[in-house]
Amino acid sequence: MPAKIIGFFALLLTAFSSFATPAIDHWQTEQGTRVYFVDAPQLPMVDIRLIFDAGGARDGDLPGTALLTNAMLKEGTADSDTNAIAAAFDDVGAKFGNESERDMAILSLRSLVEENALNQAVDMFVELSSQPAFPKDSFERLKNQLKTSLQAQKQSPEVIAERNFYQALYGDHPYGQMPSGNEESLEKITTANLEAFFKQYYVAQNAVLVIVGDLRQAEAKVLADKITSAIPRGEAAAPLPAVDDLATASEQHIEFPSSQSHLLVGQPGTTRTDPDYFELYVGNHVLGGGGLVSIINDEIREKRGLSYSAYSYFRPMREAGPFQLGLQTRNEQAEEALTVLRQTLRDFVKNGPTEEQLEAAKQNITGGFALRLDSNSKIADYLGVIGFYQLPLDYLDKFKQRVNAVSKAQIQDAFLRRVDPDKMATVIVGGKGDSK
Amino acid sequence: MLSLKKLLLLCLCLPALAIAEVSEYQLDNGLKLLVKPDDRAPVVVSQVWYKVGSSYEHNGITGISHILEHMMFKGTKNLAPGEFSEIIAANGGSQNAFTGRDYTAYFQTLEKDRLEVSFRLEAERMRNLIIDETELFKERDVVSEERRMRTDDNPQALMREAFNATAFMNSPYHHPVIGWMSDINHYQKADLDDWYQKWYAPNNAVVVVVGDVNPDAVYQLAKKYFGPLKREQTATVKPQVEVEQRGERYLKLKAPAQLPYLMMGWKVPVITTTDIDWEPYALDVLAGILSGTSSSRFSKELVRDQQVAAGVSAYNNNFSRLDDMFIIGGTPAQGKSVDALQKAIQSQLDTLKMTPVSDAELQRVKTQVVASEVYELDSVFYQAMQLGMLETVGLDWQLSEQYVDNIKAVTAEQIQQAVQKYFIDERLTIGELVPVATPDNNPPQAKTSGDPHAR
Repeated sequence: MPAKIIGFFALLLTAFSSFATPAIDHWQTEQGTRVYFVDAPQLPMVDIRLIFDAGGARDGDLPGTALLTNAMLKEGTADSDTNAIAAAFDDVGAKFGNESERDMAILSLRSLVEENALNQAVDMFVELSSQPAFPKDSFERLKNQLKTSLQAQKQSPEVIAERNFYQALYGDHPYGQMPSGNEESLEKITTANLEAFFKQYYVAQNAVLVIVGDLRQAEAKVLADKITSAIPRGEAAAPLPAVDDLATASEQHIEFPSSQSHLLVGQPGTTRTDPDYFELYVGNHVLGGGGLVSIINDEIREKRGLSYSAYSYFRPMREAGPFQLGLQTRNEQAEEALTVLRQTLRDFVKNGPTEEQLEAAKQNITGGFALRLDSNSKIADYLGVIGFYQLPLDYLDKFKQRVNAVSKAQIQDAFLRRVDPDKMATVIVGGKGDSK
Repeated sequence: MLSLKKLLLLCLCLPALAIAEVSEYQLDNGLKLLVKPDDRAPVVVSQVWYKVGSSYEHNGITGISHILEHMMFKGTKNLAPGEFSEIIAANGGSQNAFTGRDYTAYFQTLEKDRLEVSFRLEAERMRNLIIDETELFKERDVVSEERRMRTDDNPQALMREAFNATAFMNSPYHHPVIGWMSDINHYQKADLDDWYQKWYAPNNAVVVVVGDVNPDAVYQLAKKYFGPLKREQTATVKPQVEVEQRGERYLKLKAPAQLPYLMMGWKVPVITTTDIDWEPYALDVLAGILSGTSSSRFSKELVRDQQVAAGVSAYNNNFSRLDDMFIIGGTPAQGKSVDALQKAIQSQLDTLKMTPVSDAELQRVKTQVVASEVYELDSVFYQAMQLGMLETVGLDWQLSEQYVDNIKAVTAEQIQQAVQKYFIDERLTIGELVPVATPDNNPPQAKTSGDPHAR
């Protein structure tokens, strides 16, 4: 590359624009729900997320309970059946959504701010989140749909790998089960289980409310009260057990009639509030988190053409979420790819990033910071994370600063302490291989 | 059960949104530039769209537009392989590219002051790409892995691919975007050099910029970087009009899977090809009547009432360069057969042929379209995408401003007429994915599974 172009970009790099993060308003409702609000007046719409600590980690002996509870809320209330609930949202162009992962169970609403539309959508949102009826006929149908989606999972080597990977990492810890449950537990779950689950976890003290949109603070307060006053006070969910480190390495090969093998390698990683979080995050950005620019992508895809997608990431959760490395490659190359992937990790843990790599990662993360907050829905996602994991309110303001503060030595130290290449769980799903 | 609640069916008379205007410019070398200011965040998305994709390809080189998209990251006269990505990354950008049937597009999202980085690099690879043979052969392997991941090991994707190849006989929509495996394994440097030379030129490109920018400043920047590029005599695209279909087509695809899957597709005109202006819009509204929300007929009647489908959806491919299909696809519910699902879908269509949709349903779909128009403004990327896509399929970007009005004008009678005219056997292709057992994989059989389709 000619010096002319290098000079041009070096010049640009010194001129990062400063970007004010959105002003977060935070308060607690009378019922004890923490509210996070950003006034975004530019578009005539509102995003609402009501998040409960009621994900699959709360399933206990019946995996799938949290997911089914969450999915059943839109199926009927004391006053409205499924069709009426659907019509209340659809007729005013509002979008209701529900999802349940391991930590969070989320009810979301996006509506126009136009008064009649917003009122009708919010009224139904309040009704279903506070007085669901768990109708039996819907329950049987949803169970059948969930059975179908379990079958869909079984035809995907990627999902089979994920299921076994979590099992290998977490064993009997609540994170070990898939939120979608399994065939045996689905047979056992009853609506009584769902009602009990709802009663315990869908309570104000166990909830975080996010509001982003074209509302002033006073209006947001009225809205927050309307939503949370309908929910019983209850209690916050008990802490989850801590995750144990893996004692030994493990390797599982699962036979599957696919032309590719899907490889997952990893360990329990970090929590959202982990003191090593920024060192691990920035370090991993160099290792395998930077998309098209990372060591893993370079070794696996650019140098050897072994895989279309090769990556690593830390998925921070309430308790230690996975540190995961993955790729897919045709069956007869699986061993080679695994060897390269493991060696790449080993080298990185031993040597850490170079100063140049670290600098490039920081430039990428901080220079692109504004992109993380360039829409109402992205801001709402961040508020959800800040609220649910109780991160400091200045988390976003300090983000760049904390990334920039990370040194090569700190990354090396954090990886040495936290990532043990000799105790990795490996899951490989695929065929024997004659597919070229 | 009717709810006792009085529900509002909103007739949206929103005050006109202060939607920013799009500024259009044309450089002397033929490059078109569209700029739409959006100052909600200090970011800018920059996209370069080329009018080339799998529908421009012929047999033997299918997927060449897609692998060329990969090679665009592999080095130019002034950039080493991978350097493009490194520079964007160092500038805090996120970037990628995608290939479709009718377009190939490259994008970067950056803080607003960095737009120049995008233009400088995109201008460089618009004319100065170097295809290195070693890099190409490695990339053939990467693309074949991509194909295995997306298609070969994914039963429904395999089905969709075979479905298009069955429904379209001579239309280039016959080919998969990623290409057939045997074509992927045999691309040569000369093929790519030729393809690049043919299509990558300012007069075949549309640059779209959305974000916190000033349109005239963007125009000046575009002139500086793209202005000096030479135009090219691009190839003439042959019409390749699909031959008339004479009777239903059936396809059965066996794959290691757990679940059966049904696809039905009817050939329909699209906005670019229609003789009757309102028809494609009536078909879009029809897709909204049938699926898309929990109130739609498929969810309400096939999933909830009859419980014949675990999931079923309808999709009208309206933004295409050539005649396309209205597609319905679904998975039977537990214990129900593909045959039962097909009959239930057919019966829904028969009802639509006999009885116009209700005013309430029509109003609901229109309200959703109006609301979506607001929601879509939350994403700068999507706004840019819409403009670029319209331009490259041969429509005018201004259609994005007229689209909602055209939808609002659709009547119940028009929908009925469109269903009667287009949902006939002479336009229909039916595909069934049949799960097969392998030693490691025993798909359960649907209890009521009867004969394959009634032929």
